[in-house]
Amino acid sequence: MMKIKEIESQIVEEFDNFDDWMDKYTYLIEMGKSLPLIENEFKIDNNLISGCQSKVWLHASYENGKVIFTADSDAIITKGIINLLIRIFSNQAPDDIINADLNFISEIGLQEHLSPTRSNGLLSMIKQMKLYALVFKTKMQNQ
Amino acid sequence: MNFDVNKIRKDFPILSQKIYGNPLVYLDNAASTQKPAIVIDTISKYYSGQNSNVHRGVHYLSMMATEAFENARKNIADFINAENSNELIFTSGTTESINLVAHSFGRKFISEGDNIIISTMEHHSNIVPWQILCEEKNAKLSVIPINEEGEIDFEAFGKRLNEKTGLVAITHVSNALGTVNPIKKIIDLAHSFDVPVLIDGAQGISHFKVDVSELDCDFYCFSAHKMFGPMGIGALYGKEKYLEKMLPYKAGGEMIEKVTFEKTTFNKLPFKFEAGTPNVAGVLGFNAAINYLKELSIEKTSAYESELFKYATIALQEIEGLRIIGTAKEKISIISFLIGDIHPFDAGTIIDKTGIAVRTGHHCAEPLMDRFQIPGTIRASFVFYNTKEEVDSLVKSIIMVKNMFE
Repeated sequence: MMKIKEIESQIVEEFDNFDDWMDKYTYLIEMGKSLPLIENEFKIDNNLISGCQSKVWLHASYENGKVIFTADSDAIITKGIINLLIRIFSNQAPDDIINADLNFISEIGLQEHLSPTRSNGLLSMIKQMKLYALVFKTKMQNQ
Repeated sequence: MNFDVNKIRKDFPILSQKIYGNPLVYLDNAASTQKPAIVIDTISKYYSGQNSNVHRGVHYLSMMATEAFENARKNIADFINAENSNELIFTSGTTESINLVAHSFGRKFISEGDNIIISTMEHHSNIVPWQILCEEKNAKLSVIPINEEGEIDFEAFGKRLNEKTGLVAITHVSNALGTVNPIKKIIDLAHSFDVPVLIDGAQGISHFKVDVSELDCDFYCFSAHKMFGPMGIGALYGKEKYLEKMLPYKAGGEMIEKVTFEKTTFNKLPFKFEAGTPNVAGVLGFNAAINYLKELSIEKTSAYESELFKYATIALQEIEGLRIIGTAKEKISIISFLIGDIHPFDAGTIIDKTGIAVRTGHHCAEPLMDRFQIPGTIRASFVFYNTKEEVDSLVKSIIMVKNMFE
């Protein structure tokens, strides 16, 4: 399994191919469309992340020391961003998720989506994913 | 038409800039309008040469500032044809104006078992203050339904009015749909039951002449920043007969007549409701915006806007798959729409990249979005400095969105 840093560089490389914003967003839209589906049983209000203009459902499970994320959104660009986050965070160890700095977001020119005023939930998504990682880590330590 | 939009655009410094390399197309006027240089200069001049606290000092600057401040009140009261400038209270904006009435009028005049009537198309700021008041007083919030076009059901309104109705609070123009409500008819019917009416005028007053005496409304709330003035300042017009009986909403300096530790008596109108140092620069900027509008002539700007609005409606309707939400017969300046199944957030993100400012989301009117069973809309809102060319740019941008997502 690739490390978080390696996946980040891979994504930065992919985005380096694009000269303008349109290509970049077209790619994000493609990524949105190819996001693996979340199980319907997890697409429930309890899994909704608040603070998003679009709806975002996030589900996490813990298998063999790794956190597995699945997610969905009703907006495609948001789904594209989720896809990136899942590529990076899913199947990683809790500590690696908690400590990830995610510099790739500004490197690929999506830092505007990090602004709280965009309210597309990227920030809340990252927070929620890290929180899940922390919860699993604590659970494991207490066992 | 004797209306030179290109000349008028030069009055607004912000409009000449580029966003992501494209000329700015500002179509988010329902959220906040841009400011002409005269407003910006007035504020700057105030702080550079006139700044001083009002109503207090006997020194020159304070007297000049007080005079300018009180003249502004007269001018703004005159602009809406209030009978008396004492009936014009400066607030931080429409939201505070409504909250002031909910607190001060609500405490005095609403009691257990009463009902307050609002409509389905209200902005959250004309819903939540009444909800809180109703909870406090054990009163009932009664909501007028709307039809598929986004017009209120007048008959249903009539049925909701009764001897237990304490107030009707309704918007002049819907911020999310552009519907112009028949407020004169609403006020007349409410008055036949002796029920006072508050009008949320935030979206109305910049687009057409508002005459509170002719309307006979009991309260009219509006914000400067939605009518080319600065942010953080607005007004509440209220009939003296209610304002006199209402208790202060904020307490502090300025609003008192005499203070002892045993008892305080309150100042007369309008100062009773203006505790603390007021936003003098804001008031002067507000006044400059009113004068600017007067000079342009609101009849002329209205006529231009309605022609632009027709042009925009037709142009958008021609786009395949575009659905306009809110198709009331009486409608102005605001077009809310959806493009096929594309999420408003997706569309808005791409439209932004083309240098066009539109609003996406629920527009602080979640119950209204629920009524139409949609997550939100894309909203383009126009004023007199917008052009047909800008509408054409929006159309191009929407077609680009369609190509990217469909």
